[in-house]
Amino acid sequence: MATDQYTHPDYYNMDDLLSEEHKLVRDAARAWVKENVSPIIEDYYERADFPVHLVKGLGEIGALGPYIPAEYGGPGLDQISYGLIMQELERCDSGLRSTSSVQSSLVMYPIWKYGNEEQKKKWLPKLASGEFLGCFGLTEPDHGSNPGGMITNFKDKGDHYLLNGAKMWISNAPLADVAVVWAKDESGRIHGLVVEKGMEGFSAPEMHGKHSLRASITGELIFVDVKVPKENLLPNKSGLGAPLGCLDSARFGIAWGALGAAMDCYDQALRYSKERTQFDVPIGAFQLTQKKLAEMITEITKAQLLTFRLGQLRNEGKATSAQISMAKRNNVEIALNIAREARQILGAMGITNEFSVMRHMANLESVVTYEGTHDIHLLITGMDVTGIPAFKRDIPQ
Amino acid sequence: MKFLVCISKAPDTTSKIEFTDGDTKFNEAGVQYIVNPYDEWYALVRALELKESLGGSVTTITVGEVGDESIIRKALAIGADNAVRVNAEANDAYFTAFQIAEYAKANGFDIVFTGKETINYNGSQVGGMVAEMLNQPFVSLASKLELNGGAATINREMTGGVEVVEVNTPFVVSSAKGMAEQRIPNMRGIMAARTKPLEVIEPAACEDLTSFATYSLPEAKSACKYVEADNIAELVNLLHTEAKVI
Repeated sequence: MATDQYTHPDYYNMDDLLSEEHKLVRDAARAWVKENVSPIIEDYYERADFPVHLVKGLGEIGALGPYIPAEYGGPGLDQISYGLIMQELERCDSGLRSTSSVQSSLVMYPIWKYGNEEQKKKWLPKLASGEFLGCFGLTEPDHGSNPGGMITNFKDKGDHYLLNGAKMWISNAPLADVAVVWAKDESGRIHGLVVEKGMEGFSAPEMHGKHSLRASITGELIFVDVKVPKENLLPNKSGLGAPLGCLDSARFGIAWGALGAAMDCYDQALRYSKERTQFDVPIGAFQLTQKKLAEMITEITKAQLLTFRLGQLRNEGKATSAQISMAKRNNVEIALNIAREARQILGAMGITNEFSVMRHMANLESVVTYEGTHDIHLLITGMDVTGIPAFKRDIPQ
Repeated sequence: MKFLVCISKAPDTTSKIEFTDGDTKFNEAGVQYIVNPYDEWYALVRALELKESLGGSVTTITVGEVGDESIIRKALAIGADNAVRVNAEANDAYFTAFQIAEYAKANGFDIVFTGKETINYNGSQVGGMVAEMLNQPFVSLASKLELNGGAATINREMTGGVEVVEVNTPFVVSSAKGMAEQRIPNMRGIMAARTKPLEVIEPAACEDLTSFATYSLPEAKSACKYVEADNIAELVNLLHTEAKVI
């Protein structure tokens, strides 16, 4: 890949709304990405290999659990800083952001919010430094959009729990040291359990053949009579709301991240449109190219406003799940469209690994589906404004 | 050991350079400032490395107005212990050096670090002036600095070779490429920078000895000229008569 020349578009002077600290956070994340990730990402993506050495680096810069307080090894940043870090990571690659946001929002967040003091002290510092990699087990082979239907379950055996079931499409799974696994107890209530690598009966085979998120590792989690110590159950929240609380945090990060991918595609397309000449003029002189660029920057600017406001609400503890859901859906959708339009501006070059747009486009096909599909997010907004859930249908026999 | 690192701002290299007031003033509107790279990457990081191996403290000093505090915070995020801002516009090298020297005299440092130059004005004057005002040795363009007790061994890059000099603390050194590797601040450092002391002091009485008469931009790059691959004579002719490089 050519030298990474990325600068972020800022049509509405959004930077004026950021604090000096926010800008430092963003610049530090960008500098780290340009130095450590941009030069290698295409190679890892092409070989479908996970650059596992970057996990420690993510820990060193503070991109694992950015909002986790210092007493548990995190930097204790605010939510906008978290968003900006996700934006810079996904600006480079959605897989890189996935690694970081799974660790932050889906592993550290539940331990921090639902765990007891011993659990926080035991796992959070190692997860923050990148010494440990974590994963999150909610989705099952037959339960994606409907996680409440999960069959993974555990039984109380007196001095331990006995866990059985299987999870699928789990980012980081094959290399994870700890897995936050959601399973039903004997009464059918969902609880979070921390399952550790090496526990008997626990395996995490890698899933192959992905055309998307190729620089991120994905696997299954299989539990066959796994004895989980009782102290590994997260005690402070149960029910479907517990994993959904984690997803709020992760989707918030995705909203910022996907926008980063869109900004990167636009940045490259704009530069290329000024350099590439056809019929003796830069292709940016043509109305149809300008239309694409104008629509791209308009959508990016709208998404920046949406995302920043959501960051403020999240900082104040006021962002609702439905508000986060809207931003996730909108930003991933515009990012996908922008990646496709940018690919057209780049012409044939757009399909090569000289540019990141085709990689972004393929990655975003996962992002539009995971952590709540585009359609499910539409139904969440639909339910929020009408008060009527439309997730389930009773089909007449 | 006590280290003082002089930190100056410089416009980001992507900034648009324009002048106002009849080309006597640099137009700062919309310009993003960064820490002058020679100050940040080499002077500050080498001072931090020495502190980390020998103990002590790293103080930064900046002659500048309140807007410069963002670059000062970055220096603190990278690892400096505390910062001082002399509340004045830095237009003149003598004035700037005088302010730094006054603070250094009052507080006593083993080594004062500067970058070899700022990337906007390229003056390379402040370090030497500070040394003179403090009556201390000055080593310029250092690419390596090792400290053994109070004795420093410093490499200076020269045309065609390296000069190795020895000097005892206290001294002033200007730092060039090679002194250290750039450090990216991490998020914990950025949070810690919030609570690190940034002292603002008023400038000591001193007149500017220079002022800006006019600025002008370099000539715009001319278009690329293509010469047929087998027409070497034409290429040589153009390099000689037009480009005047041979």
